[in-house]
This record gives sequence, C-alpha cells and structure tokens, in this order.
Amino acid sequence: MTSSLRPAVVVGANRIPFARAGGRYASSSNKDMLTAALEGLVARFGLAGERLDDVSAGAVLKHSRDFNLAREVVLGSSLDPHTPAFDVQRACATGLEAIIAVSNKIALGQAEVGIGGGVDSASDAPIVVSDRLRRAILRASRAKSLPERLKVLATIRPRDLAPVAPDTAEPRTGLSMGQHQAVTTERWGITREAQDALALASHQNLAAAYDRGFFDDLLTPYRGVTRDEFLRPDTSLEKLGKLRTAFTAPGSDNPTMTAGNSTPLSDGASTVLLATEEWAAERGLPALARVVDAETAAVDFTSGAEGLLMGGCYAVPRLLDRRGLTLADFDFVEIHEAFASTVLTTLAAWDDAEFCRERLGRDPLGTVAPDRLNVTGSSLAAGHPFGATGGRIVGTLAKLLAEKKAETGAPVRGLISVCAAGGQATAMILEA
Amino acid sequence: MADKYLDLVSRGWGKSAAKKLGLPQPARLRRTDPASVDRPLVPGPVLVLDDGASPAASDAVAETLLGWDLDVRRDPDELGKGKRWGAVVLVLTGLTSPAGLGEPALALGGVLRRMAPGARIVTVSRRAEDATEPAVVAARLGVDGFLRSLAKELRAGATANGIVLAGDVPVGAPSALGALRFFLSARSAFVDGQLLQVVSADGEVPADWTRPLTGTVAVVTGAARGIGAAIVRVLARDGARVVGVDVPAAGDSLSQVMNEVRGSALQLDITAEDAATRILEHVAERYGRLDVVVHNAGILRDKLLANMSEDRWNDLLAVNILAPLRMNETFAGRLGRGGRIISLASTSGIAGNRGQTNYATAKAGIIGMTRALAPVVAQSGATANAVAPGFIETDMTARIPAVPREVARRASSLQQGGRPVDVAEAIAFLASPQAGGINGQTLRVCGQNLVGQ
Repeated sequence: MTSSLRPAVVVGANRIPFARAGGRYASSSNKDMLTAALEGLVARFGLAGERLDDVSAGAVLKHSRDFNLAREVVLGSSLDPHTPAFDVQRACATGLEAIIAVSNKIALGQAEVGIGGGVDSASDAPIVVSDRLRRAILRASRAKSLPERLKVLATIRPRDLAPVAPDTAEPRTGLSMGQHQAVTTERWGITREAQDALALASHQNLAAAYDRGFFDDLLTPYRGVTRDEFLRPDTSLEKLGKLRTAFTAPGSDNPTMTAGNSTPLSDGASTVLLATEEWAAERGLPALARVVDAETAAVDFTSGAEGLLMGGCYAVPRLLDRRGLTLADFDFVEIHEAFASTVLTTLAAWDDAEFCRERLGRDPLGTVAPDRLNVTGSSLAAGHPFGATGGRIVGTLAKLLAEKKAETGAPVRGLISVCAAGGQATAMILEA
Repeated sequence: MADKYLDLVSRGWGKSAAKKLGLPQPARLRRTDPASVDRPLVPGPVLVLDDGASPAASDAVAETLLGWDLDVRRDPDELGKGKRWGAVVLVLTGLTSPAGLGEPALALGGVLRRMAPGARIVTVSRRAEDATEPAVVAARLGVDGFLRSLAKELRAGATANGIVLAGDVPVGAPSALGALRFFLSARSAFVDGQLLQVVSADGEVPADWTRPLTGTVAVVTGAARGIGAAIVRVLARDGARVVGVDVPAAGDSLSQVMNEVRGSALQLDITAEDAATRILEHVAERYGRLDVVVHNAGILRDKLLANMSEDRWNDLLAVNILAPLRMNETFAGRLGRGGRIISLASTSGIAGNRGQTNYATAKAGIIGMTRALAPVVAQSGATANAVAPGFIETDMTARIPAVPREVARRASSLQQGGRPVDVAEAIAFLASPQAGGINGQTLRVCGQNLVGQ
C-alpha cells in the first residue's frame, strides 16, 4: 500500500439547472438527468471516448430498477464503456459522499481521474405497492401449481392495492424533516425575519452570479431550462414575509418556517470531475481546487437530544480540529440551505459558548461573515434535488476559490457543510 | 428537413409525370459517404480537353488525375459503349482569343449527353484582370460566361465549376489541384456555376487527401445546431480536433454535437468583449495551438425596413458582423502558417433579399471583411475566406412559409435546397492545407442560385 497521499483536484463541474418537482423535468428519470449532466461535463472537458478510472453517483429517491444507476448512466454516455461506476447513498449528502469516495481513491493512488455526482427526481419518485400485496405476489410466484397460486392471490384485499408514495418523514420519529427543523428553530429562537433575510440573500446572490456569467462553465441547459426554476431575482422581504407558514413544531404556537425559507422539492443532477494535478496538467485542464479533507458526523435525534439537521455543528469542528484550522481561516463557507433556519441554527450553535462547551467540549468556533457565506446563493434559491446538491456546491466553491486565487495570488480555503436525513452531516475542505 | 417534392419526382409515376409536365426534376445529389470519403472520387472516367495552346498544363492535369487513380482519357470518342463520363476537365489556360474556346467547348458539347448522374465539369483558366490585351481579357471573361451558362444546362445532379488562376500560378499549384479535387468530388455537391480564384502558389498537398486536417485544431462558433453542427462533423471527419462554441443557452445540443466528434464544448457569447481572448486561452491551454477559426454563429431578425426595430437591427449586426470583426482583431495576429479564418456570408449579402436589410448588411460586410483581412493574414502565411450559402435546408429555413420556401428551393440550377453538410464541405476545403493559395475569396454554396453573380 502506498503511503504518500496526493490530493485530488477539482478539474471542473457540470450540472443541469434545477427544476420544480412536477415541472419541466417531470417526465425525466434520474438516469436521464444524470446522463445529461454527465454529457455536459464530458463535452466541456473533451472526455468523449476516454476511459476514466471510476465514476461514483447516487440518488436518494431511487427506483429498484436503478440499482446500478451510475454504471447505467456511464453506459448511456459518451465515455468509454470500459469506465466502471458505483452507486452511493447518504441521504442529502449523497453527492458529496460520492465526490469524497472518488477523491479518496485518487489520494490513495487507486485512481488518476474520476467523476462524482448525484441526481434526484422528486417528480419521478418511486411508488411502491403495500407490503401485503408485495408478499402475496412473491408467494404466488413461488407457488408450484395454478390452484395454489390462485389461493395465494385470493388473500389479496382491495385495501392492499393502494400504492404507497414516498415521503420525507423520519422512519423513527414519524416527523417530517420540516417539523424536526421547526423544533430546532424554536429551540434556538431563530426569528422569521432572520430566516427570510437569509432566503432573500440566497436569491440575490444566485441571481447576481448568473448575471455575471458565473455559471456559464458550470451548467448545461436541459429540456429548455437555462436557469434554476426556483430563482426569484425580484423577491423581497415584503414578498417573503407574506407567505404562510408551512412547518410547525408539535405543540408550538409560533411557526416561522415558510415555503420561502425552506427548500422546495426539486429535480436535477450534478457532476464533478476529479483528478490528480498531473492528469489535469497533461491535458491542459485546470485544477480549480484541491480536496483537502472531509468528515461526516451523526447526532442522536431520535431521543430528542439533538436536532435532526444539526450534524454539521459536529462534523465541522472535528474537521477543523484535525486540520488545525478555525472558521476565520476560510474565505468561503458553503452551508447547504435545507432550510434557512438550518444555516442559522448551525451558525448560532458554533457561536454559543454553552453549546460548544457542553456538546463539543471546546471554545466557540466564532461566526461566519455574511460576505463569505453562500456567496453565490444556495439551495433556497437554486433548489435541492437531494443527490445533486453536493456536486452543485463543490463545483461552485471550487470555481469561487480558483477565481479568488487568480485575483489575489494568495492561497484560499473553502468549507462545505451539508446536513442529511438520519441526523447526519458531511463537511469538506477545499483549497486553491 | 425532407424535400417531399424531390422524393416524389425521384421515382415511379411522380418521375414520369414531372417529365411530361415539364416540372422541375431535382436529382439526388452525390454526397460524401463518411465511411468512404472520396471513394469513388468521380462516377466514371475523366475526359481532359484543352484549348490547344496549353499542352503542358493539360498534361500536368492528366498526370495528377492519374495519380489519384482515376480513369483518364484525352479523346472524347474513347469512351466504351454504354459507359458514361464521370467528369470533364477543360484546361483553358492558353486562350488568347474567344475564338480559341470554340473547339474544346463544342467537343464538350458532344459528350454532354453521356455524362453520368452527379458528373462534374471543371474549367481551368486564367484571371482576366491579369491581362491587358482586349482579346485575351475577352477570352478569359468568356470562360466565365460559358461556364455559368453550361452549369444551367446540366441535369441529374451534375455541376460545372471553374478554377481561375491568378498571375502566373501554375496549374500544378497545391490550391489549383486542391480546388480541382474538391470540384470533382462529392464534397462540392451543392457548389455549381462558381469560379474560384487561386491567388497564389501557397498551400501544401496533404499527406492524406481524405484526412487533410489531421493535427489541426479548429474553433467553430454557433456549433450547437444546423450548419454549425455540420461544420463540426465534417472538420472532425477530415481529421481536425474541434472546439465548438455556442451561447450558454444552447449548451445541451452543443455538448451532444461535440461529444459525437470527441471534441470539446465552450459555452460563450461571442458578442462579449473578451470572447476571442477567452477562446484563445481555452484552445491554448487545452491543445497548445489554433489553426482554423470558423465564424459561423449568426441570427435572423427579418423585417421590412419600414417595420424594423432598433433591437432587431442592432442584435443582428452585433452577432453577425461586429463580433467576427472584433474577434479577428485578436485572431488575425495569432494565426501562424497554415492558419485559416473562414466566415459565413450569404447569397443575401450578394444579391439582396427583401426583408433582410439587416442580414444582408452584415453578410455583405462579411465579404468585405474577408477581402480586407486576406492581405493582412497572408503576411503570416494564413488565409481568410468566406462561404456564401444559398437556400439550405435547416430549422431556420423550415420556418419560411410553404410557398416561398418551395419557390426558393427550386430557384437554383440544381432545383433543390442544399444541406448543412454541403456548406460544411466547402468550409473544410478552405480550411485544408491544399487551400493555402486561396485567399480573400467568397465561395458560393447555392446550387447556382438564380440571384446575383
């Protein structure tokens, strides 16, 4: 086993614009969208016909037929069909985890170049049959004779025929993600105004990034969509303030979370090209940023000891401590906006002496200046197709770092934190 | 874009009805099979005729044709029974008086009924402007008139084109041979009635005539669809590595086209101030060189001038002429030996077109830009040329109402619209090393459209 680690670099990224669930991508499958995002990446970097060492991708809402999604997508792409691929899933951190997996292979010398990414379609979500119906069908298929088969099928009742649609409720608590976050929001006393202000900044930042052509080499249109469908450049605190609340903590009389400061159900896909610096240099391709390190944490939310989406509060300090860094060392911080209040509760916790002492056993991490936080917008404005968010953020941050490096000449550093279902969160550091 | 009429009159009762009624009878044109490029080069034996005053030149042409493995004859009566001529080459470089054209012209007339479908007639003559003697100038311009009229008489997809040699450029110059081969081949399917000037003996005969662009890097703007996508495919077929440029909004079709040819896609608006610099940087980083630039990106904003809005006028000019002009300021100095700038003009820019004052302004401008750029880039061994398509079957022309569309299709000697690949073939030829002696020219790909020269 080789002991010398060589960091993976982000060569570039591509995603399709994110669309409203049931909107323009309603008839596109995960495979369709991920193939489109991959094909755009292949074209941008002239990879058609090339064999890559590995491709990793995943989706959260996944049909059973998509068990080999990443490999099927590679086979439907312009890449050399000798390119292997594997699926990954870690809820909303799926895309980020896929990128970490490929980066690690590169760092360990197991790969020279690979692609990490993810996709999700809330439109084309799987609907399954009831457990009773499924068991009856399986038993009937194993039956040896027709009478036996009919006997088994006769046990099916009309109520068994109702399909079961997926939802985002946590299996162990029965609460939706929004309800969970509403509890955390209330516990930290995050106001409606603060949430709406963060949502407004997300829209304004994303719109400004589009206007300056920032996404011209990060995005390829799909099905006639050229910008994220959720983006509202003309929204205002007034408009956001008029929206009705959508999520309420059980027993609360002060709901603050609305459709405007929560991410909508979305469709989309993203991909990131990762390689060794040498591989990129040989082809005259850029090395936007190095993948420095990553950390995943999980919290005990089932007992109510910690909020469902507070994992980032733990993953980030562990990652910083391992690297001997502080929040102030980062030029850009990307905290996935599952809800505006997720970002705000995370920031509040990092700056809270009691929380940091009791939960983290350390001094407060401090604050993140607004001009370093989600500077080109995040999920509130872009949308959040679960598996695609990691790739969107890594591509965006890598380009931001490369831009700043080119401008100042000084080393720059970026931090990512993405919360996920099951009380998890994944964090990553990029440098340029 | 199916030409249903062409399908109808190509066989069965439709064919006989069209013949009896004297309706146009467009033929299926002989086009390049990407799996068998330039094979066969012509659909039968090649007859070489001359003016009786240029034996050395006609021998040189015959030698070249033999070198291309063609069946070459010098005697019109030499063709076996039941056979048809694949091409006739008239070497007319020694003409001193219009009287000298009679013999070869009439000899050609004698074999016209025995031309194969998709046959070619190519004249090789000298440029009138280089002579002062009235009889010589008359003879040389006489070839132009003869050629253009002859092209209108040909049937069954046959074409006639002329090579005009400037000054003392020899018949064996790389670009004279390159043009001869282009006109003989299926590559020139929709080029008809045209006279192409070879202005110098520059250029190189390629190592492999079927992949002359091997080792070169080409940039094509407006590459996502239509003619641009066809240009990408033909340049790649001929061996070039291609970078396709188009606006970010066309990125999905651009990536499809570029992946198909294993090229790369650059999403960029060419009207941006720094577009050329960004293209140069991209190409320099990725490939370390740039050989060919094709200014293909263009938009249509048709309106009668009385109804023309400021936006329609300005947007069109910005994309179709101001952007290429600005980009050339950067490209011109950076292209080295063998460099090529090829721009898309239009027959509208030559003959004018009702409802297209803005478009024709830009496209005539392209012809002017090309003419002025040629001597500048020639200093570093590069060339600048233009291609002027006539009616081409694209998404753009499919939007023309049915009746005017049908009229436009039939208003050429080939009685049909061209295909995007026909324009692309002409561009690939001008991009090739064998076209190095062609500079400042505008080559029409219009099936000898009945408008303009």
